[in-house]
Amino acid sequence: MLEKALKGSPRYWGWILFLIIVIGLCSLVYINQLIHGLTVTGMSRDISWGFYIAQFTYLVGVAASGVMIALPFYLHNYEKYRGLVIMGEFLAISAVVMSLCFVLVDIGQPQRAMNMILHPTPNSMLFWDMVVLCGYLALNVLIGWTCLESERQRVHPPKWIKPIIYLSVVWGFAIHTVTAFLYAGLPSRHYWLSAIVAARFLAAAFCAGPALLLLILYVVRKLTGYYQGDAATKTLTKTITYAMCVNVFFFMLELFTAFYSNIPGHMEPMVFLFSGLEGNTSLVGWMWAAAACCILSIILLVPPKLRDNKSLLPFTLVILVFGTWVDKGMSFVTAGFTPNAFNTVTPYWPTSSEIAVSVMIWSIGALVLTILYKIATDIKRDLSELTPEDE
Amino acid sequence: MKQSRRNFLKFAGISAAGLCLTPAAGALASGKAHPIVNKAHLKAKRWAMVIDTRKLNTKEQIEKLADACHHWHNVPKIPTNQDIKWLWDASYSESFPEQENNHMAEELEERRFPLLCNHCEHPPCVRVCPTKATFQRADHIVAMDYHRCIGCRYCMAACPFGARSFNFMDPRLHLDMDNLNMKFPTRMRGVVEKCNFCVEKLAEGELPVCVTKSEGAIVFGDLTDPNSPVREVLRKDFTIRRKPELGTEPGVYYII
Repeated sequence: MLEKALKGSPRYWGWILFLIIVIGLCSLVYINQLIHGLTVTGMSRDISWGFYIAQFTYLVGVAASGVMIALPFYLHNYEKYRGLVIMGEFLAISAVVMSLCFVLVDIGQPQRAMNMILHPTPNSMLFWDMVVLCGYLALNVLIGWTCLESERQRVHPPKWIKPIIYLSVVWGFAIHTVTAFLYAGLPSRHYWLSAIVAARFLAAAFCAGPALLLLILYVVRKLTGYYQGDAATKTLTKTITYAMCVNVFFFMLELFTAFYSNIPGHMEPMVFLFSGLEGNTSLVGWMWAAAACCILSIILLVPPKLRDNKSLLPFTLVILVFGTWVDKGMSFVTAGFTPNAFNTVTPYWPTSSEIAVSVMIWSIGALVLTILYKIATDIKRDLSELTPEDE
Repeated sequence: MKQSRRNFLKFAGISAAGLCLTPAAGALASGKAHPIVNKAHLKAKRWAMVIDTRKLNTKEQIEKLADACHHWHNVPKIPTNQDIKWLWDASYSESFPEQENNHMAEELEERRFPLLCNHCEHPPCVRVCPTKATFQRADHIVAMDYHRCIGCRYCMAACPFGARSFNFMDPRLHLDMDNLNMKFPTRMRGVVEKCNFCVEKLAEGELPVCVTKSEGAIVFGDLTDPNSPVREVLRKDFTIRRKPELGTEPGVYYII
């Protein structure tokens, strides 16, 4: 099927070339980081994880969200998702690739990364995170490829793939749960030390991931004419609505526990995020903007009239993705370190190097996604499934 | 034919001799022989430290100890917040954030407290390390294998005491290269490092650098031995530890 990625319009090749140039230019910044070390980042002794790990966390959520399509389709035979399921799986592949890249650029000695495998350490959540992420990548490649190939050959997928699909559904929940456990078990990091982190992560993932998928599919429809169908879009938007409500509800639970208990350690990270601590207000504007976007997205999603409004939906999805990204991809990691171990505040802001390296990885993800989607949409075209009927 | 049989027998004889010798030679060459242990090396079941902050509490006093420690371990001085600290000073509220009182004695508010790795009994840093680069020795000293560390900094996120430093840059850029201590290795960039309770000194039968420099303000010994100097001071004076509520069981006690 790979040959499908090798034949395309000038526009397709132009986009691929553009991505390769961006990756090439930004990788120079990464090479600079390899030469000089992580000193080129804004991280410090007190804020030892930053933008890279935050992006990793967000993207694991995007990867996990494939479950929200796979589960209804494979477990409940929800036929309307037929046109969506491969797109979800391929987005998951690209998101896991990006997550793994973000971990790789964040470690100080990337050439020793194999130490994780050479010296497996079951007591470390990072070890298990590597296991579940690599496993999820393998599962999605295997399932996506096998199912698409059978579709191309106009045959039913082989029987052996069924149990693997069921496994991948459970696995999808596992990747984000284990990612939450990276944080949730650490003493003295009050913002992270909460049993609801895993649940919050999953809720955020199940709204942000499908929202991102729908936004990407808007572009895909414009470019290729491929459309997953109105019914699929409507159902997935409902999933997004429920997950977003649960996500905001879970965050409010955190607020209640912190402020009703009145324990300084639990309140301080929240105060830091929403009004600043010891004069450090770097995230305040972002957090209020995100909160406003999250609330507004719920207002625009809950009433069916607004939710099913086709011209309003892209806007709603954009602000939802922004709101959830600020929560997990911007503030979660920093707030865990603020106040620091000495109950003081160390400022952190990503440097241009961190942004450039992140752009490199996002571009790698976009490249992987473009190639996979090119293959998928070409096959759908061959099957004359390009535009399933609207309801 | 004959010639070749003789050759074969010769070869077989030499091979047999070789096989007999190999294990011995291998043992010698592979380093699997017993390590040479200094007979004078100090042993304990659980090393612990008691710091008398009535005697040791000014910036100058602590800086003197920190300088000695940092010089001995080739710890660079980096003037940014990406610095490396094995031993440093902090205020009461920074050292004991959850045990801060209102209207404290002025003298106590001005006191500086020496901070270092607590060598916890249940160290979170060891629990989270994905490569066993940081590990707990039998004597409860939490040690680092700088060659194993991948620089993921998970241990720094896990340590509630801010006792770990990451070599964001090449530490040698900030070291006085003409004035290195050749008895202790320098590190490379991209690895985490921290106070090691001077394991290399204990192995030679000497006390940690800060203990010898402290003029009696820091006591060091075996916590499990009722007759050890640490147990003696713990019996006599009221002590507190940093963040005891986290259950890490720090091995550094402070007399207030």
